[in-house]
Amino acid sequence: MSDLTKLTLKGAVDGLKAKDFTSAEITQAFLTTIEAANPTLNAYVEVTADKAIDMARASDARIASGKGGALEGAPLGIKDLFCTEGVQTTAGSNMLRGFVPPYESTVTANLWRDGAVMLGKLNMDEFAMGSSNETSAFGPVVNPWKSTGSNAELTPGGSSGGSASAVAADLCLAATASDTGGSIRQPAAFTGTVGIKPTYGRASRFGMVAFASSLDQAGPITKTVEDAALLLQSMCSFDAKDSTSLDIATPDWTQSVGKSVKGLRIGVPREYVVDGMPTEIQALWDQGVAWLKDAGCEIVEISLPHTKYALPTYYIVAPAEASSNLARYDGMRFGHRAEDFKSLDDLYATSRAEGFGKEVQRRLTIGAYVLSAGFYDAYYVKALKVRRRIAEDFDNVWGQVDAILTPSTPSAAFALGDKQIDPLTMYLNDVFTVTTNLAGLPGISVPAGVDAGGLPLGLQVIGKALDEATVFQVGAALERAAGFTAKPGMWW
Amino acid sequence: MSDNTKTIKGRTGDWEIVMGLEIHAQVASKAKLFSGAAVGFGAGPNEQVSLVDAGFPGMLPTLNKHCVEQAVKTGLGLRAQINRRSQFDRKNYFYPDLPTGYQISQLYYPIVGEGVVEVEAEDGSFFNVGIERLHLEQDAGKLIHDLSPTESYVDLNRAGTALMEIVSRPDLRTPDEAVAYVKKIRTILIYLGTCDGDMEKGNLRADVNVSVCRAGNYDKFKETGDFSYLGTRCEIKNVNSFRFISQAIQYEARRQIEILEDGGSITQETRLYDPTAGETRSMRSKEEAQDYRYFPDPDLLPLDLEEAWIAEIKASLPELPDDKRKRLMADYGLSQYDAIVLISEQAKADYFEAAAKGRDAKLVSNWVTNEVSARLGAEGKDFSQNPLPAAHVAQLVELIETNVISSKIAKEVFDHVWNGEGSPAEVVEKHGLKQVTDTGAIERAVDEIIAANPDKTAAVAEKPQAIGWFVGQVMKATGGKANPAAVNDILKAKLGL
Repeated sequence: MSDLTKLTLKGAVDGLKAKDFTSAEITQAFLTTIEAANPTLNAYVEVTADKAIDMARASDARIASGKGGALEGAPLGIKDLFCTEGVQTTAGSNMLRGFVPPYESTVTANLWRDGAVMLGKLNMDEFAMGSSNETSAFGPVVNPWKSTGSNAELTPGGSSGGSASAVAADLCLAATASDTGGSIRQPAAFTGTVGIKPTYGRASRFGMVAFASSLDQAGPITKTVEDAALLLQSMCSFDAKDSTSLDIATPDWTQSVGKSVKGLRIGVPREYVVDGMPTEIQALWDQGVAWLKDAGCEIVEISLPHTKYALPTYYIVAPAEASSNLARYDGMRFGHRAEDFKSLDDLYATSRAEGFGKEVQRRLTIGAYVLSAGFYDAYYVKALKVRRRIAEDFDNVWGQVDAILTPSTPSAAFALGDKQIDPLTMYLNDVFTVTTNLAGLPGISVPAGVDAGGLPLGLQVIGKALDEATVFQVGAALERAAGFTAKPGMWW
Repeated sequence: MSDNTKTIKGRTGDWEIVMGLEIHAQVASKAKLFSGAAVGFGAGPNEQVSLVDAGFPGMLPTLNKHCVEQAVKTGLGLRAQINRRSQFDRKNYFYPDLPTGYQISQLYYPIVGEGVVEVEAEDGSFFNVGIERLHLEQDAGKLIHDLSPTESYVDLNRAGTALMEIVSRPDLRTPDEAVAYVKKIRTILIYLGTCDGDMEKGNLRADVNVSVCRAGNYDKFKETGDFSYLGTRCEIKNVNSFRFISQAIQYEARRQIEILEDGGSITQETRLYDPTAGETRSMRSKEEAQDYRYFPDPDLLPLDLEEAWIAEIKASLPELPDDKRKRLMADYGLSQYDAIVLISEQAKADYFEAAAKGRDAKLVSNWVTNEVSARLGAEGKDFSQNPLPAAHVAQLVELIETNVISSKIAKEVFDHVWNGEGSPAEVVEKHGLKQVTDTGAIERAVDEIIAANPDKTAAVAEKPQAIGWFVGQVMKATGGKANPAAVNDILKAKLGL
């Protein structure tokens, strides 16, 4: 029955509904696969086998009585950033090791409402800060892909590395993820999977461990664009418990998948050609343009002049918010508390020094610095102004184009350990993805080709606010044209 | 022009105090500012705490609209500018009573802007105090240090409760003015129903910014707006009674003057008033002051208020103390003094109005502000807890007006009524306290007293004010029930005065 793990989410949901197999069967198949693969890939930090079986049986009962939801019986992996009631939630940090929330995030609650089954919690960069999954307190996730002729273990990207790796290696049908600067799209691109970050406000942040409130959005990592539509529409909802949640209906995005893109105007921003970008990335981008042209799109060269300021802006805004959001991890009420301390201040300092990893500490320090008196105007206020300019760049082109096509990342997956020495090199991973977070726009990464070593590469489609429909439509067209069917070899 | 009453004598010359106050008023609300948790007094430790208040991962604040309405109401009551757009900011610092590591407040764009409050001084004159702003913010929890010698406990019941911080301009000049200002704000808040004003429970407390300058410099500051004319200020935190506000200011001003006269300089710092020692003590200096790293709270959208909603709130405002004072004077012919005493408590003014219908308003006012107030005061109650129906006061005054009882007897009647023996009419009946207006009976009593006291009768011709002794004797003989006017008339006639 191990074939079941190779199914798409849509295929599995249909098969379950048709009673071709049971949720208990497919769930067990995944649990078996995870057991074999996880010691090597390290995608799951916790496998909730008993809970999964219980949920699967309950789903089977609902399917039998004809009452199944949209995701009934489908086993999913959950990024460990989403609080799950009664199940440890760590955000990849020692600070939260052993923390069991007495509540459920709205996003995961929506999935269970629709009948999904939880296989376990997925590894991630600590507090979603990282682009390689190497900042996780649980060790890095390993990418199931390897470059031809190399045995080096590669990063699946980050921060949703566990989600991407698990989907690519068939350790779940699909996974939840989150994206603050590219944490869904970059790992999706590195693993040959699809990942979408919706418009800011579509998915509730309630119960999602916060990194940077004004940028964080939940989204799925899946095997296909259709799966991404299916899972995203289940994750999204208006939520009165999140003040930034949009009080707006969630469309049926699966309807957009497969729709003709003829006549759509696709923008190609000239500022996304960056120094030192590998030729194969440029070639892939050109290929994407050609595919869409062939499909009847009009290609428009556009300018997003403030693009070059996006990364520095992001690395002021995100750490600033994080420095405040993570102040609650003080060793007082939950989480790690230092055993030896001399004073109250020492208790705070020691607990946090012990509980947080280096990258988190680096960003909290940057964040506290840019918000401090005397620097606030020069950094934070300035960054907010630039952020507005970046958003305006997009506003200015929506009259000319319906969607924008860019590469997802400036490179294919790199080897674990490669970029750890220099955080700035690591930060460059987000260069194509941060703009949509700063502007609050939806963006999808679709696998579209491979590099010389056979590693997957992704193309990104950016849409107008709330226009995920067009993003899915164009993403699906690219998927069709690319016919990306490569799978990593089973070396683990 | 420098006002003599506002100067303090020093060894080296005259000084003036300048003060600005930050009043923290707990918003009257059943729920906290950003969580659904209940607000109340007397709950067990940590019984009124939601996961949002406790700062659990992934918990988000959602604004309580009722608290916003209360703030708008208060702003309107202070005749202040209501800002159509305001914003919440985070004030970041670590402390065990602050679970999220930041307090949500409004630094950059407060919900209420400038206003002005008219305050009555002790002498019946009025002075204006400028309001700089009113903003909404969260209260912190409470630390309890005295339950264990080695541990401190945290009670988060208060954490996240809504506060209004009302910031005044540096317009206050004497301890009395400061107290009168806080009293006025408290009265307005109670009238509006936006804060219960309970200072004992800490629901209303003040941070007092005190500085001293040479006599005359304040006027120069007022003319130029140049703060360099004023001295360096110290902030006395969390003073929670009128008496302590006055004492703290007096101590602090004297302390600052002594430092300056000794050639020293004032360090800007935060101080604490210790009522037991009667002194202020340094908490932290400006150098030790934390950098709060304020920035807009990204979990909350800017707060936009609709003009129509503000208008709706404005239309629903109750009569404010100033308006009530003017109306009581106009409608009931009361003196300003009486009106001010009555409006100091909304329930007192209401009580007065209920009793004064068709009666001698001045007389009713006297009974309400003297006897009733005194009895309530003795029992530690205020007018909202008044057990005596207003109709009883009305009836008592009616009995006086119609000469059924004298004012003196009325006090006795009041005692019985207060003790729950029934209405004034019933008490008069039951105890036979009706005034004797029968001149025959009074004449007989007068005759008897004159006859029995020939020496006193002779003396009164020389010293007419000695008639008082005769009045007393007649009242005594009639059990106090004789009509005093009639007694006087008859005595004068019989004594030939």
